[in-house]
Amino acid sequence: MALELNNEYQYGFHDSEENYAFKSGRGLTKEIVLSISKMKNEPQWMTEFRLKSLEIFYKKPMPKWGNTQLISEIDFENIFYYVKSSEKQEKNWEDVPKEIKNTFDRLGIPEAERKFLAGVSAQYESEVVYHSLREDLKKLGVLFLDMDSGLREHPEIVKKYFSTIIPPEDNKFAALNSAVWSGGSFIYVPPNTKVEIPLQAYFRINTENMGQFERTLIIADEGSSVHYIEGCTAPTYSSDSLHSAVVELIALKNAKIRYTTIQNWSKNVYNLVTKRAVAHEGAVVEWLDGNMGSKLTMKYPSIYLVGEKAHGEVVSVALASGSDQHQDAGAKIIHAAPNTTSVIISKSISRNGGRASYRGLLKVLKGAANVKSSVKCDALMLDEKSRSDTYPTMEIDEQGVQIEHEATVSKIEDEKLFYLMSRGLSEEQAKLMIVNGFMEPFVKELPMEYAVELNRLIELEMEGAVG
Amino acid sequence: MAELLKIKNLSIGIDGKEILHGLNLEINSGEIHAVMGRNGSGKSTFSNALMGHPAYKISTGEINFNGTLINNLKPNERAKLGLFLGFQYPLSIPGVTVANFLRQANKALKGDAVSPRDFRKLLYEKMDDLEIDHVFATRYINDGFSGGEKKRMEILQMAMLEPKLAILDEPDSGLDIDSLKLVAQSINKYKEKNPSVSVLLITHYQRMLDYIKPDKVHVFVDGNIVESGGPELALELEKKGYDWLTEKEAVKA
Repeated sequence: MALELNNEYQYGFHDSEENYAFKSGRGLTKEIVLSISKMKNEPQWMTEFRLKSLEIFYKKPMPKWGNTQLISEIDFENIFYYVKSSEKQEKNWEDVPKEIKNTFDRLGIPEAERKFLAGVSAQYESEVVYHSLREDLKKLGVLFLDMDSGLREHPEIVKKYFSTIIPPEDNKFAALNSAVWSGGSFIYVPPNTKVEIPLQAYFRINTENMGQFERTLIIADEGSSVHYIEGCTAPTYSSDSLHSAVVELIALKNAKIRYTTIQNWSKNVYNLVTKRAVAHEGAVVEWLDGNMGSKLTMKYPSIYLVGEKAHGEVVSVALASGSDQHQDAGAKIIHAAPNTTSVIISKSISRNGGRASYRGLLKVLKGAANVKSSVKCDALMLDEKSRSDTYPTMEIDEQGVQIEHEATVSKIEDEKLFYLMSRGLSEEQAKLMIVNGFMEPFVKELPMEYAVELNRLIELEMEGAVG
Repeated sequence: MAELLKIKNLSIGIDGKEILHGLNLEINSGEIHAVMGRNGSGKSTFSNALMGHPAYKISTGEINFNGTLINNLKPNERAKLGLFLGFQYPLSIPGVTVANFLRQANKALKGDAVSPRDFRKLLYEKMDDLEIDHVFATRYINDGFSGGEKKRMEILQMAMLEPKLAILDEPDSGLDIDSLKLVAQSINKYKEKNPSVSVLLITHYQRMLDYIKPDKVHVFVDGNIVESGGPELALELEKKGYDWLTEKEAVKA
């Protein structure tokens, strides 16, 4: 196994590609889209959907928000749009090809499954290579598959919901994903079924200039609940890769979905993801979004509260570390029904020249009476050369709504450092303690194992933060 | 008794302005010294400089602690030698619980000897001494605490971290009489359990000294000690105020 270890980013190694089953040529053509669809044996409607999306992608201009300079540098002709590392997907960990297995072992994936997960999916390049779900959940009728298998085995559900929340016309990258999507998760939870233990998917890019376009669709039927967690890493290369996912969540009446992301891409990955949820009457949707790596992340998890008394929450943290990193993240909540409530908590940290932006939209449609919402954005800057911006937008078309909005920008004060150091902590430990405290509102929502992992990642990022 | 702190001809400035001018002070193990003086007389500069606040620069003189010259040591290095500063205005650290903070500080100072369980037991014991509700262990440090709660939290930290010299910067300011008694009792209790510990108590008022008996009292005027004596000096100050000392200084000059 070829290893290239990067000192700063611990997941920066990559494996040999010599045993790969298929790798498309560089660049995006109609032929590539057709061959992806053909290799996957897709129904006609999906092939047509892909081709239509490709047309939209060609026509759509680049987004006018976020970091327009960096996204203009993406070379769509230099990207591999479909890379298949293995012929088939395995249910036994032992059967996964050795090199891929080694990678996931190093990332701690099977270990995590044994310990505390109800189901695990591991995606390597374009395809899911390993998948498992606990037997008791299968018996309850819970479906947890990779998206391709979901389409094959449950076409009626997929056809009913797929792309209903995020149409390809939504934005250029949603169109791109719609044209070349591969992998991702498909989850259906039957009525009144509670999945108490988290389901997890893990996404790994290995090839240089790879484009990963997973597609996730989660449907929580009436009165059900589910918690889904995703993690992501990639090797460190000198040229860029693109991760552009589309995630659609549907929480039907009184259902609850919590979606947790701990993203830790290497610094050469463009992470341009569209995530959106619909919450029906009495439903609850929570996005917990942790953005740690990447070159540029543009991601604004959204919730459409379309049924009465629906509730939405977006709790996010972003760490922008170094002048080659920009986290442009935020949240969108649309109140489209009366008596709906929402909470947005955004925490960003920028250090060593990094740039963190909060971009948010809170919208209350006419007729959505008695809405309550609270928006809180806190930015922490660790040095003078780092940058933090806030772009909050509110569009309120209804009277009598209750909205709280609070934004703070702070630095680590010398007095606080002195206070902590006087108790024996080194400067580095003191800074880390302040940063961890700042992130606490996010971290405390995570399952314990993830909280520990996230704290460890922050610690690694913060190493050498003194000076 | 063994000499713990020895300060020779210490001058300290901040932003280029000298605040302390050639101060001398010696504290032996087990002694309680009180430093009194008006606002602005340099008491807090003195306490911050002793702990190693980076904004306060030493221009001349030496600070020796337990036989080590500490002039150039960082605050955490001084803490490791056994210095502790109870802050006049303790800072809040949102998101960091009192228990987590104290456990990490304890680990930094003493290594990882105590198990989490024993640590919690010890913490609860000390909290009981100070009549601090156990729920404070899971609250964020000084976040939303009242003035009295903050001051008691400083004493709790002292009791947990077990310094050789506790510099307490106005532990009585802003306290009602009941809180003041509690704070004083817990300082005394710590002192009884650890007789070799020295305390440098900085205060405005005689009041605190009704509960904590100092061995020596020093009076600060304009950045120096102008008078030192026994506990009776504090009583004299209470009666006469500081003016007679200021005048005495003027005559000397």
